[in-house]
Amino acid sequence: MEQKVIMAGFGGQGIMAIGRLLAYAGMLEDKNVTWMPSYGPEMRGGTANCAVVVSEEEVGSPLISKDGTAAIVMNLPSMIKFEQELIPDGKLIVNKSLIDIEPTRNDLDVYYIPANELALELGNSKVANMIMLGAYLEVTKAVDIESVLKAFVKVFGENKSDLLPLNKEALIKGAEAAKK
Amino acid sequence: MSKILMKGNEAVGAAAIKAGCKYFFGYPITPSSEIPEYISRKLPEAGGVFLQAESEIAAINMVYGAGGAGARVMTASSSPGISLKQEGITYCAGAEIPCVIVNMMRGGPGLGSIQPSQADYYQSTRGGGNGDYRTLCYAPSSIQELVDYIMLAFDKADYYRNPVLIAADGMIGQIMEAVEFKEPEPIELPPKDWATTGTGGKRKPVIVNSLYLQAEELQEHNKNLEKKYKVMEENEVRYEAFGLEDAEVVCVAYGTTSRIVKTAIKQAQAKGIKVGMIRPITLWPYPYDIYKQIGPNAKGILGVEMSLGQLTDDIKIGIAGRLPVYFNGTQGGMVPTPGSILAEIEKIAGGTK
Repeated sequence: MEQKVIMAGFGGQGIMAIGRLLAYAGMLEDKNVTWMPSYGPEMRGGTANCAVVVSEEEVGSPLISKDGTAAIVMNLPSMIKFEQELIPDGKLIVNKSLIDIEPTRNDLDVYYIPANELALELGNSKVANMIMLGAYLEVTKAVDIESVLKAFVKVFGENKSDLLPLNKEALIKGAEAAKK
Repeated sequence: MSKILMKGNEAVGAAAIKAGCKYFFGYPITPSSEIPEYISRKLPEAGGVFLQAESEIAAINMVYGAGGAGARVMTASSSPGISLKQEGITYCAGAEIPCVIVNMMRGGPGLGSIQPSQADYYQSTRGGGNGDYRTLCYAPSSIQELVDYIMLAFDKADYYRNPVLIAADGMIGQIMEAVEFKEPEPIELPPKDWATTGTGGKRKPVIVNSLYLQAEELQEHNKNLEKKYKVMEENEVRYEAFGLEDAEVVCVAYGTTSRIVKTAIKQAQAKGIKVGMIRPITLWPYPYDIYKQIGPNAKGILGVEMSLGQLTDDIKIGIAGRLPVYFNGTQGGMVPTPGSILAEIEKIAGGTK
C-alpha cells in the first residue's frame, strides 16, 4: 500500500522534521520514499508543508494532488487547504489544540489529537509534532515506531540522542491518543 | 554501500566531489542554491576550492580557466543563471574544455518563477550560445540517477573534451530520496596534454582558445568537432523504453514528468489500454532510433513536458511522420497530474480528438 501523506502547519512546528523522519524510517525499512518540501514565495509566519510518499514500489509523482492517503494538519489554514487533497476515506490527523472546527468534508477518517496539551504533559511543547506523527503511525502503520527512532539519530545527529526518550514517549502518547 | 536520504541539490555536490571535482564556481539562485551551499562546506574538506563569483558570467569564465588548466570543474545554476552562462558555454565548446554544468530548471522566459520547469529543452539541446556546437546532456528523473549521471558526466567531459550538461527540473533539486553512491565504472581517459599547466621549460606552450581567424582553419576545427559529435551520437544515447511493440499509445517524457507519466500509464493499463513509454535520458544525443520499435497498433504518440512543447519537436523527428504526435503539458511552474495525462491517453486510444 502506497502511503502519500501531506504534513502541514506553520513554520517552527517541526513539520519538515517529522516528514524527514518518516521518509528516513521508510528507507530503513527498504521501502521507496520521497520527501518533497513546498517551496515558493511564502509569507513570514505562513504555512510550511511537505509531501512524503512511502511505497513498496517505485514512486511515481513525488507530488500529492487529490490523491493523498493521509494528512497531518497542525494549524487551521493547513486543514482548510489540505483536506481537499485527500482521497475519500483518507486519514486526517487534526491538531485539536489549535483547530477548533471540523473539516468541511464528511467522507474522511478524522482523528482529533490535542497535540500541544499532550506535549505539555510531557513537559516540552516542542514535541507536539512527534505526538502527531505517533498518531499518524498508529492509524496508518506506514512504518514502525522503532524505525522512526532509528532514523531520529540519523536525521538529527548523535548529539541529539539524549532527546530520544522524550521523543519516543511523544510518539507513544500520540499513538494512544489515536486509538479510538 | 548503504543508502542515505539526500536532497537532490546536496546530492549534486556530493556526487561531484566523489567524482573528483576540485573546483566549483557559481552564484546562488533558487531552486539550486543548496548546491553552492553544500559545496562551500564540503569541497574545501576534500581539498578543493569553492568560490562564489560576482555573477554567473564570471563563474562560467572561471570554469573555462580551471577546465583549460585540466582540472575537474563544475558550475550550477537555474534557468536565468544558465542563460547568462551561454557565452561561456559556447567558448568552452569551441575551446574543447571539459566541464560539468548543472541546470535545475525553473519557469521562464526571463526571470519567470522559481517553480519547476522543463522549458530550457531547446537551450540544452540546440545550444543557447552561438556557433555549431553540441553538449552532451543528461536528464535524470530521480536522485539516484542524478548522482550516477553527475559522476558519469565528469568522465564523459574528460573523455570527449566537451562540456556536459545536467538538465533537471527544479523538483529534482528539492526532493529527498534514498541514494547510494556506487563506485563508477573506471574508464580509460586520454592524458590532458592539451591543458595549460605550465611548460616547465620542457615543452612548447599549448594554447586553449576558440578563436580561429583563418576561415580554412576554423572550418577544419568545425569538421573535427563534427567528427567528435558523431561519435557521441553513436555511443552516448541513453534512454528507458518499454511496451513499444504492442502499444496503442506511446508516451514520451523525461525527468520528474516521466515519473508522473508512469503513474498515469499504470492507471491506463488498469483500464485495459496498452501504453508504451520512451524516456530519453540523454536529451542530446537524442534516442531517435528507438521510435522504429513502435509496433503497428500505435495510434499516436503523447509528449508530456513542463513547457509549451519543445521535446515534442524531437518526437516528431523520431517518428518521422508515421504517427500523429500529441502534446500534454504544463507551464510556468505548474506540474502535470496523472489524471490529465490519463485523460489524454484515453482520448488517443479511443481515436477521438
